[in-house]
Amino acid sequence: MSNIKILTKGFIKENPIFALLLGICPTLGVTSSAQNGLGMGIATTFVLVMSNIVISLVKTKIPDKVRIPSFVVIIAGFVTIVEMLLEAYLPALYEQLGLFIPLIVVNCIILGRAEAFASKNNMIDSFLDGLGMGIGFTFALTLLGSIREMLGSGTIFSISFLPDNATTILLFILPPGAFIALGYIIAVINKLKKV
Amino acid sequence: MEYILIIISSVFVNNIVLTQFLGVCPFLGVSNRISTSLGMSGAVMFVMVVSTIVTYIIHEYVLVAFSLTYIRTITFILVIASLVQMVEIVLKKTSPPLYEALGVFLPLITTNCTILGVAVLSIGLEDSSLVKAVVFSVAQAVGFGLALVVFAGLREQLELLKIPKGMKGIPVALVTAGILAMAFMGFAGIVK
Repeated sequence: MSNIKILTKGFIKENPIFALLLGICPTLGVTSSAQNGLGMGIATTFVLVMSNIVISLVKTKIPDKVRIPSFVVIIAGFVTIVEMLLEAYLPALYEQLGLFIPLIVVNCIILGRAEAFASKNNMIDSFLDGLGMGIGFTFALTLLGSIREMLGSGTIFSISFLPDNATTILLFILPPGAFIALGYIIAVINKLKKV
Repeated sequence: MEYILIIISSVFVNNIVLTQFLGVCPFLGVSNRISTSLGMSGAVMFVMVVSTIVTYIIHEYVLVAFSLTYIRTITFILVIASLVQMVEIVLKKTSPPLYEALGVFLPLITTNCTILGVAVLSIGLEDSSLVKAVVFSVAQAVGFGLALVVFAGLREQLELLKIPKGMKGIPVALVTAGILAMAFMGFAGIVK
């Protein structure tokens, strides 16, 4: 597989959210605004890229039996780094994302890529795979966040485009709206794929 | 009284799946049949309560005592992963029928974010104690089970309906979950 293909397959064709349905929990939990979606996407991408690199480098040293626990420890290490960096430099985002930052550890995308790709490929390919999947994930989160923010509060990235007295569909920034919005986005993508 | 409030608030008002979005993957994955969703809920409750007790004790007496709270995430996930393995081995030896019933769900539970989520949440409770953490984790597990079983019942009915092609499978399940979440929003305000 060429490098470009490894990088771009995560964008649409194997998009972790829309096509593979991995990592739905943070997707629904943090996307009440576009900004939160983007922040969570970048944090996850960082962990994904770094853990893919490290795992592809140490894959021959890890005995097969303790493979999964070792991967989890590597991932948890990077999540802790992200947690501390966010708390120090972006405390507002840290507050918003809350519980979902430590939960990056159990995000199935990261362990999934480690097991399916990084443990079998060299460092450069793993780096590109992690980056591509991360961008796909970030794209999905930002899209869902933008749609929910647009419908729910009439803004995108906190920039208002509606008159002050306009009525918005508050439901979309509440929990039920997350399920419904994601359901319809996936339905539209399914429809587009078949055409 | 305090414990009753915790239970009502965790099961209905702040339902772990429908308002906090933890454990959505198994929620969508194993909710095709009421029987499998009951099995999954049982396994989750078992692991959740045991892991909350263990992580609470470790957090209180090791991490806080030696001011190591920054390695909380690593410690908790390791404890949970090894605990799941141990539960599997112990059940296989001591109670084969229970192992039969829960066995297939156990490996799935390590990557179930409810377990780590509840472990992290229960150490952050107001004036927390071990008893409170246990009550909290039982209530969260019951909430998870309730959402899962109700949703499985809805999905069994959904299979009989004619659904547009693009909406089949996951999309219609998500929209149904959204409507169920709306129903649970009716409980908001019962408990602060």
